[in-house]
Amino acid sequence: MTAEEILHILQQKFGDAIVGSKLDIMQPWIQVAPNATKDICAFLCDDPSLNFDSLMCLSGVDCNNGTFGVVYHLASTVLKHKIVLKVIVPKENLHVQSVSAVWGTANWHEREAFDMFGIIFDEHPDLRRILLPDDWEGHPLRKDYKVQEFYHGIKVSS
Amino acid sequence: MKTVFQQSPTLPTDYTVAPGKITTTTGKTIRTEEMIINMGPQHPSTHGVLRLEIVVDGEIILDCIPHIGYLHRCFEKQAEHMTNYQQVIPYADRMDYCSAITNEWGYVLAVERMLKIEVPERVEYIRVIMAELQRIASHLIAVGTYAIDSGAYTPFLYCFIDREKILDLFEMTCGARLLYNYFWIGGLSHDLPPQFIEKAKEFCKYFRPRIKMVNDLFTYNEIFVKRTANVGVLPKDVAINYAVSGPQLRGSGVNWDLRRDDPYSVYHKFEWEPQVGKGEIGTVGDCWNRHIVRMREMEQSVNIIEQALAGLPSGDVQSAIPKRIRPEKDAEIYVRTESPRGELGYYIISDGSTSPFRVKARGPAFVNLSVLPEIVRGAMIADLILIAGSIDIVLGEVDR
Amino acid sequence: MVEFLQNIFTNDIVITVLLSAIPLVFIIAYVLVVLYTEMKISAHIQDRLAYMITGWHGVLQPIADMVKLLLKEDIIPERADRLLFRLAPYITFAATYATYAVIPFSSIYIGANIQLGAFFILASSSLVVIGILMAGWSSNNKWSLIGGLRSAAQMISYEIPTALAIIIAVVITGSMNLQDVTIFQDGGIQNWLIFGGPFPLTKKLLLLPFTIITFIILFIASIAEVNRTPFDLPEAESELVQGFFTEYSGLRFAMFYLSEYANLFVVSAVVVSLFLGGWSSPFGSFMSGPVWGIFWFVTKSYLLVMLQIWIRWTLPRIRVDQLMHVSWKVLTPWLFVCLLAVGGILVMV
Repeated sequence: MTAEEILHILQQKFGDAIVGSKLDIMQPWIQVAPNATKDICAFLCDDPSLNFDSLMCLSGVDCNNGTFGVVYHLASTVLKHKIVLKVIVPKENLHVQSVSAVWGTANWHEREAFDMFGIIFDEHPDLRRILLPDDWEGHPLRKDYKVQEFYHGIKVSS
Repeated sequence: MKTVFQQSPTLPTDYTVAPGKITTTTGKTIRTEEMIINMGPQHPSTHGVLRLEIVVDGEIILDCIPHIGYLHRCFEKQAEHMTNYQQVIPYADRMDYCSAITNEWGYVLAVERMLKIEVPERVEYIRVIMAELQRIASHLIAVGTYAIDSGAYTPFLYCFIDREKILDLFEMTCGARLLYNYFWIGGLSHDLPPQFIEKAKEFCKYFRPRIKMVNDLFTYNEIFVKRTANVGVLPKDVAINYAVSGPQLRGSGVNWDLRRDDPYSVYHKFEWEPQVGKGEIGTVGDCWNRHIVRMREMEQSVNIIEQALAGLPSGDVQSAIPKRIRPEKDAEIYVRTESPRGELGYYIISDGSTSPFRVKARGPAFVNLSVLPEIVRGAMIADLILIAGSIDIVLGEVDR
Repeated sequence: MVEFLQNIFTNDIVITVLLSAIPLVFIIAYVLVVLYTEMKISAHIQDRLAYMITGWHGVLQPIADMVKLLLKEDIIPERADRLLFRLAPYITFAATYATYAVIPFSSIYIGANIQLGAFFILASSSLVVIGILMAGWSSNNKWSLIGGLRSAAQMISYEIPTALAIIIAVVITGSMNLQDVTIFQDGGIQNWLIFGGPFPLTKKLLLLPFTIITFIILFIASIAEVNRTPFDLPEAESELVQGFFTEYSGLRFAMFYLSEYANLFVVSAVVVSLFLGGWSSPFGSFMSGPVWGIFWFVTKSYLLVMLQIWIRWTLPRIRVDQLMHVSWKVLTPWLFVCLLAVGGILVMV
């Protein structure tokens, strides 16, 4: 199924929740509204004509203009098509719905996005830091991140 | 902490265990205590610095919580601060240090696709040969350390003898044994030395009987089969839902290999087959099937290498290397390749400058490890070691 | 031997001390040899050379190892149970050493010529379990505790096949004194119990399958008694670091190590005395005599020790519940069948 057809199906079902798209590039993406992410993802996974049963990758992005994004790379092992979903949220309200109930793999990916960017995933079963120690301050992959000077008495940066 | 619990099929069935008590078939209940054990960051068999917090009742595991991050080296942040795309390659090497070539290839492929560079065919063939040699080397580590985990100390040394020969081949080509910086964007750093083809053919001839030897000694050994068959079964739908990939997915019966199903490079020119666990011993998706998939994949890799050596075209390996690497603004790409552990993905966003804006590395071991709590409930502590070993994690890739 | 010493010394206590010190000297000499053997056999199985620098091809390495262990720092974990922690290695070694008292090294030397030799062996090898449990518990370490409990379960379970196999040998020969059993098998290789014993041909051929099975099961049970691979779950290196003696270092570790190798020899010695003719020469009267007896005995036991080393470096280890299954559901029923068959044959034929 091509990206146009997928976009068409989604627009028919969710209307306003589809905020934008870019289809003429190598890997077309569809931007969705933050408050409909989980429903859209559940639909993409369960609908038999789309059948996106595999979440390849979930990345957080700091767009460097006051917004943060979460990018979902979806694929179907059955129908062999792929799509990219994007969710953009402003820095003041970094809340995105968690999709770990749809794909089990999102659990750890979302924890990593929270750890690195501070994006809060609502209804995540266990949102805590995964790669950094639990008492680390700050979210390192943000563009305006300043590393802390001391961690438990050890000098962190030179 | 979830309290959903199911009994492992390998346990005897004349008693059932629920957290805190054991009920025998006569209905008598014995009150027991749960214990929390820490398989700490330093442990002989967690294959690196991984901490597993296990809640046990006697020897039976009720829950397992992995804690990672002890080897986090901020690869993604480093990549953003490099002055150009080429400088990221040595860092990409060091993520999965047991299989550095495939790390490099994923990244280099992503940048080449973003820049729409076509590499010469000779480069593609050499890349395939190197990647398959690396796949064999990585599987030899997996098999050898799996043998040590299960108590047989000898296959480890046999595997490492063969691995030394592969590392000699790498050293001959690019000077490094473990972390190469060999694949460059648009080509390679060195062409193959003149004696490489001879030595590689010799290696292929030498290696095939060695796989059979390890199989005879270890894989089909009754004790090993008893330890790994029906242990740690990963059902197919759970595997796909958790985006598990690589030998772990193929061991669960899913015929999915990115070299064939999401093709890249010249794999379509060779005759080879992805190996799938068929359940000839044990159930499909158990530790034994994952192990046999790895053993058979090594054989297939030897096939590919021999075919590639036979059909190696001539050419200049550095002719397509661009002078300046500057993708267009807002170009982004996600490319996935088949590393020995599974699907290694790179998501690169460019902002029009010579250094990347965002590089996200999706490590297969990270995702494969996340399914561990699901498959280990109800098994014994001794089984946990073997299940964690059959996932074949490398902490460098889990933590990046 | 006792008379020989009584002619030299008059004091009974001195004689007793000398008699009981002889196995100790033997153990120390044997441990140095077996450490070197294990090192070299494992190395050549794994296609590598072991130590080649200390002495010619590394022969002085065991001495270096022992010296290193003696010089190490003595660490006791802070919250360990100090009395039990200190006592455990000595109890384990003492229990193993006590078993040497009733092993006939030669026709003139047996430490204590008691009529209950086999029974005494079973009893004193059970004491080893107490030492291991003390070590596992007192280390204040969950992993050591698990190792100690596994080991206790394993050793107690494998006492049953050991006892049954010894009973079968005792039933055939009619005496629990190992010296008598060995004398019963004297006269050449055809008289060994593993080949049916010194009986007329029909009785021998009838007994032969059962004694061979008993010998194999006794050998397997003895590997389990000494915690060696494939039964080395209690000290499974890849799971429990070192199992019940994780927290031990220095001289205490050396005591455990010593007692493990001493135990290895003594269970082989029991198997040899019961089934392989003990100190008797396989050629009948050629190369036999009191001093030759020592040579044959030590050689045969040592060959079994080397077989155990070979098995250790080849096979993986089995899990604890499979271990129990093997002991209770496989070995014990087979031995009951053998016992009934042997008893029936001895009565009826």
